[in-house]
Amino acid sequence: MVESALVGWSRAQFALTAAYHWIFVPLTLGLAIIMAVMETIYVVKKDEFWKHTAKFWMKLFAINFAVGIATGIILEFEFGTNWSNYSWFVGDIFGAPLAIEGIFAFFMEATFFAVMFFGWDKVSKKFHLLSTWLVGIGASISALWILVANAWMQHPVGMDFNPDTVRHEMVDFWALVLNPVAVSKFFHAVFSGWMTGAIFAIGISCWYLLKKRETRFALSSIRVAAVVGIIGTFAVMLSGDSSGIHVGKYQPMKLAAAEGLDDGGTRAPFSIVPGIEIPGMLSILATHDINGYVPGINDIIEGYTTPDGDVYLSAEDKMEKGRTALSAFADYTRLKNTDPEAAAEARHILDENVEYFGYGYIDSPEELVPNVPLIYWLFRVMVFFGTFLLILMLFVLWMEWKGRLSNMKWLQWISLLSIPLVYLCGQAGWIVAEAGRQPWTIEGLLPVNAAVSSVSVGAVQTTFFIFVAIFTLFLAIELRILIKAIKQGPKIEE
Amino acid sequence: MITYTFLQQYWWFLIALLGGLLVFLLFVQGGNALIFLAGKNEVQRQLIVNSTGRKWELTFTTLVTFGGAFFASFPLFYSTSFGGAYWVWILILITFVFQAVSYEFQSKAGNILGKRTFRIFLTLNGCLAPLLIGTAVGTFFTGSAFLVNKSAVGDIAAPVISRWANGWHGLEAVANPFNVEFGLMVMFLAVCLGALYMINNIEDKELSVSLRRSLLICFGGFLLMLVMVLIQFITMEGYAVDAGGVVVMEKGKYLHNLIQMPVVLIMFLLGAVMLVAGVVMTLVKKEFNRGIWLSGPGTVLAVMAIFMIAGYNGTAYYPSTADIQSSLTLSNSCSSEFTLKTMAVVSLIIPFVVAYIAYFWRQMDKKSLTKDELENSDKY
Repeated sequence: MVESALVGWSRAQFALTAAYHWIFVPLTLGLAIIMAVMETIYVVKKDEFWKHTAKFWMKLFAINFAVGIATGIILEFEFGTNWSNYSWFVGDIFGAPLAIEGIFAFFMEATFFAVMFFGWDKVSKKFHLLSTWLVGIGASISALWILVANAWMQHPVGMDFNPDTVRHEMVDFWALVLNPVAVSKFFHAVFSGWMTGAIFAIGISCWYLLKKRETRFALSSIRVAAVVGIIGTFAVMLSGDSSGIHVGKYQPMKLAAAEGLDDGGTRAPFSIVPGIEIPGMLSILATHDINGYVPGINDIIEGYTTPDGDVYLSAEDKMEKGRTALSAFADYTRLKNTDPEAAAEARHILDENVEYFGYGYIDSPEELVPNVPLIYWLFRVMVFFGTFLLILMLFVLWMEWKGRLSNMKWLQWISLLSIPLVYLCGQAGWIVAEAGRQPWTIEGLLPVNAAVSSVSVGAVQTTFFIFVAIFTLFLAIELRILIKAIKQGPKIEE
Repeated sequence: MITYTFLQQYWWFLIALLGGLLVFLLFVQGGNALIFLAGKNEVQRQLIVNSTGRKWELTFTTLVTFGGAFFASFPLFYSTSFGGAYWVWILILITFVFQAVSYEFQSKAGNILGKRTFRIFLTLNGCLAPLLIGTAVGTFFTGSAFLVNKSAVGDIAAPVISRWANGWHGLEAVANPFNVEFGLMVMFLAVCLGALYMINNIEDKELSVSLRRSLLICFGGFLLMLVMVLIQFITMEGYAVDAGGVVVMEKGKYLHNLIQMPVVLIMFLLGAVMLVAGVVMTLVKKEFNRGIWLSGPGTVLAVMAIFMIAGYNGTAYYPSTADIQSSLTLSNSCSSEFTLKTMAVVSLIIPFVVAYIAYFWRQMDKKSLTKDELENSDKY
């Protein structure tokens, strides 16, 4: 019997690694664009000021980049170390984007990172600029492939179950790559990185304004960062809108949990906070139609019929079909070499119920409901703070445009103190996406208790605390080094 | 004609190529193992760190891509070895994690632990990573204790496909001398490559003398381990796979593989000769500093040959000592034909990737690293 403690600790370890990884990655994605824009201005205007400005942000980028790499390698290998059943059951599909990420993105980042840092006097200006852009593009390509993989876990497409090899196998590569969930996830995640980079750069620059030093550097950085951040935030909102449609369509339980919606229907309301609702808004967000039907948690558990007449099975029915599929699979495996006729019959039953295969591992319908309060509140954290940060960036840019920012201490303080908020938004978003998918590693196909490796709970507990210690130490060191580097400043003659 | 079998062999070739490149790029680790041994003063240590520090991401990336390629092409290995030999892989990962931050952090103000600590991390990664990776690869020939039962997926209570047959989860590999000797061989090789790379990449006469001395000692260690490994390698029982997919023990299997695959034999011998020649010429001729460009490609060829011996010619590349029929072969552990074919198309980009890496490598390393450069430009 798979121990629930093992599943819990394995999830905790993966969540820990992913959460730490996502502290460093969005800043990489965002700063890469900001410093590339700055270096482009340097090359176009031939003004050394912009070279030094870009180099200062590159210095902070490098400090952050190293820890992102350190956490990233653990994340990749944890699919094998902690989710070995998963690795075989869907490795035929899931491994491909990881390998492509390595071949296309990581080598690009690794090669041009070295040129960007050590190549100022070794390659031409334009070649150096190209290298800086390629670091950012490489990071984005890396995000693309890992998000293709993650989107497949949210909405599996392009595969068939093969009972002879006992796994899902890819049958359509382009369905995997062009999975609509992957497209919206890619833009949502990458542009949220632009937001992070922008808020970070604006906040640090405002610190210089508060200290009345490096003023030209700070105001110039704010201009570039705010433009990048505003573009990024609007793109986040657009991709978030299509993400809402996809979640409503492919992961209705996640949407119901994010809204705390027990009983659904048409003209479903959007809950701002408990007790305050906007009538019909959830239907608009989830279906782009005020009369659109949105099922609630109870509807999904008990089964429902949409106004169009589409019937959705209850959790019990799905679990029953899942157990039938598992039983038919066991029969097929047992009989295929001895009784081809009986095996063919078992195969037929399996094919009819294979859609619900994963439900066979579920013990009770309650297991299918994720942690509603967690998802409900973190979704609001993401949306409310995200909106606040957009307003902040627009206001900061406007004030800078008017030439008043240098004298607005309160706005400088708010900008500086907003840096943690952008991280909170990013973390909240990922927790909604991943915890909202529970109990599935792959939506509807494989629950976490059937995906986990067969290692002892003690071993996973030990590595969990080792990683807590290592990652926390690295984060503390990084923060201290960043603070020292910021205090030292770019030292540009003005 | 592109058959399923051809695709399996093709992907094993790519795994072998990535494995070969990874061992070559372990010169970064080998170089770091010499930070305190060859670097007699701060300037020399800084030269060492900055020489390997401009290439460390390529090694790291190759390791990650090696893992990704294994996942995509042979997912049952990924599932069985990573999930089973848990402690071995976790230890390898931890050493690399410490390496990843040590370059960037070591010289920065506010790094809490101090420069020396981060350099110790680099040195530990330099020794332990090649040692552990080599020990893990040794199990490709001696076997590991695991069981594979794909039908377990139908068991609701315990749907685990791969299980480790003991509680050591991979640590038991050190109980087999062959594995340890294999690990030591890879470690000494990495240090030799590190020394050769830095002799070529750094312009500093005193450091060059020191590196040549380290090269001589480590080459001795490497040769000793190589001889011990080779003697056992050609005489040991191997895990053969018959036409029906049944795994059987065969005396001298790996020697038979070498003889029955002359191309692999030539690759191995050519690789070994190039490797040795690069070291010997560097040791004999005081002005010769291009040994890495003989020993490096030689390493790639030799390691590729070793992987080919492990997987080709009807051989189980990841044998099980707990249940011989659970052993992993190219055909029972690979991805579907569709995935292998798709990924084969993707792999056509690899020569382009190698070409741009080589181009920029040359651009960056046209001039050797000097004290002056460290004083006047960005450095770790």
